[in-house]
Amino acid sequence: MIVEAKKARFTEPLKLKGGAELPGFEIAYETYGELNAARSNAVLVCHALNASHHVAGSYAADPENIGWWDNLVGPGKPLDTNKFFVVGNNYIGSCFGSTGPASVNPATGRPWGADFPVVTVEDWVAAQARLADHLGIERFAAVIGGSLGAMQALQWALSFPERIRHALVIAATPRLSAQNIAFNEVARQAIMTDPDFHGGHYYEHGVVPRRGLRIARMIGHITYLSDDAMMEKFGRVLRDKTAPGFDFDIDFEIESYLRYQGDKFASYFDANTYLRITKALDYYDPAAEYGGDLARALARAKAQFLVVSFTSDWRFASSRSREIVKALLDNRGIVSYLEIDAPHGHDAFLMDDPRYHGALAAYFANIAL
Amino acid sequence: MTESDYIARWVAPGARVLDLGCGDGSLLKHLWRARQAPGYGVEFDDAHVLACIRNDVNVLQMNLEDGLSAFRDGSFDCVILSETLQAIHHTEALMREMLRVGREVIVSFPNFGHWQARLQVALGRMPVSTELPYRWYDTPNVHLCTLADFEDFCRGLGVTILERLVLRNGVPVGTLPNLLGRYALYRCARG
Repeated sequence: MIVEAKKARFTEPLKLKGGAELPGFEIAYETYGELNAARSNAVLVCHALNASHHVAGSYAADPENIGWWDNLVGPGKPLDTNKFFVVGNNYIGSCFGSTGPASVNPATGRPWGADFPVVTVEDWVAAQARLADHLGIERFAAVIGGSLGAMQALQWALSFPERIRHALVIAATPRLSAQNIAFNEVARQAIMTDPDFHGGHYYEHGVVPRRGLRIARMIGHITYLSDDAMMEKFGRVLRDKTAPGFDFDIDFEIESYLRYQGDKFASYFDANTYLRITKALDYYDPAAEYGGDLARALARAKAQFLVVSFTSDWRFASSRSREIVKALLDNRGIVSYLEIDAPHGHDAFLMDDPRYHGALAAYFANIAL
Repeated sequence: MTESDYIARWVAPGARVLDLGCGDGSLLKHLWRARQAPGYGVEFDDAHVLACIRNDVNVLQMNLEDGLSAFRDGSFDCVILSETLQAIHHTEALMREMLRVGREVIVSFPNFGHWQARLQVALGRMPVSTELPYRWYDTPNVHLCTLADFEDFCRGLGVTILERLVLRNGVPVGTLPNLLGRYALYRCARG
């Protein structure tokens, strides 16, 4: 499937949850399939931490660059683009095309850098609603996302109950735990204490806080995999040697893997974006304004839900998804819940486990248009 | 009439139903069609959960042995445990949970007191029949009981039996139910 990235420009300012205002913005997006005449077959895909609007297919000029959820989205795939009009979008604050910290601040003519406001899940959903307006989509047949993307799918049901028929909430949590926030804070400290960070204005110094980003990614990566999956993949195998070196070079395969992942990430990801995304994660808590009562927070949702968790996910454990399910049941909502016994940890939502993809395929097949 | 038809007669139109061990969701689908009763199924097995989603039935993949903490007190008109009682380990705890979340409870199970089962045991064999198709070494059943056993169990828990239906090959049995009935359905409520 050959796809094309597009941009939509919005001139009306966006009032953000944190109080700041974004004076106009762009959203990068891609679409797959055709919007039907009734405009009833649109599905919005929301991405997690480091992904983008490039959900499926590849570009004519860059055939190696395959979308991050290509195993799920496409003709004949579980989210079948022969039936649905699928919209991938890049959230604001990102570094892949939508307006973000590296974009030019119209007030100064220089990159926003540290001055780019902190954006939230609610802000992303509000911006996505503008994109829906732009595409002529009054109501989505479904909004789907994993991890941070799942928070957006859930928030769609709360921000725009009339504009979403189905919410597919995968590997989710209704709010981060203290441990989740702790990992995010270590990642942020790694970035902000990098001498090349320059208080977030590193663009104008012609440097990037590569060391900080690298460590942030290494920490994040540990939380995406299960202990078992890591042991299975790397064990205690030594890297290119038969005995430990008794020095501080790479000994174990896992060290090499983390360094590789860190280097790769630091070469393309923006540190200011990373800081803002982790804050968006930390702040998300729809129950907060209801005294912590998630059931009350979800009372206004009208969408039908499919909630999916993975038993080996310790970042957002199954018990967190069950909190969402319970809150929906307390409201007599329509919900199905799958707890997939998959070994891959949090990253399982990106894999094509046949039970997981089989259920998504069946669920999407039953959505009437 | 199928067992589903008999159960449907006990479910009021529009009642909120929870079906525990719902299999492929066909009973819930039947109750929706016959009684417009919306509901949820609870199922643990991956293949059954997938079948439920295909059947467009709300299914929650949970282990009944962990209890029903996802559900509020009295949140269902009717909680159904169909052909599952005999495979539950924490039978008493689950029965209490069912009575907590449901106003009424429908339980169905194969009658271990049927004369063929008794005869097979008397002849020195573990019973195998249409209702009890497993052999002793491959059965998922851990708590088989007779009608009399179940009624004692209810009495002990302070559960009132509102209605009982005993079947043999899909037909109600009038006389000597614990001997001639192959299958039992009970409608119960808190005492």
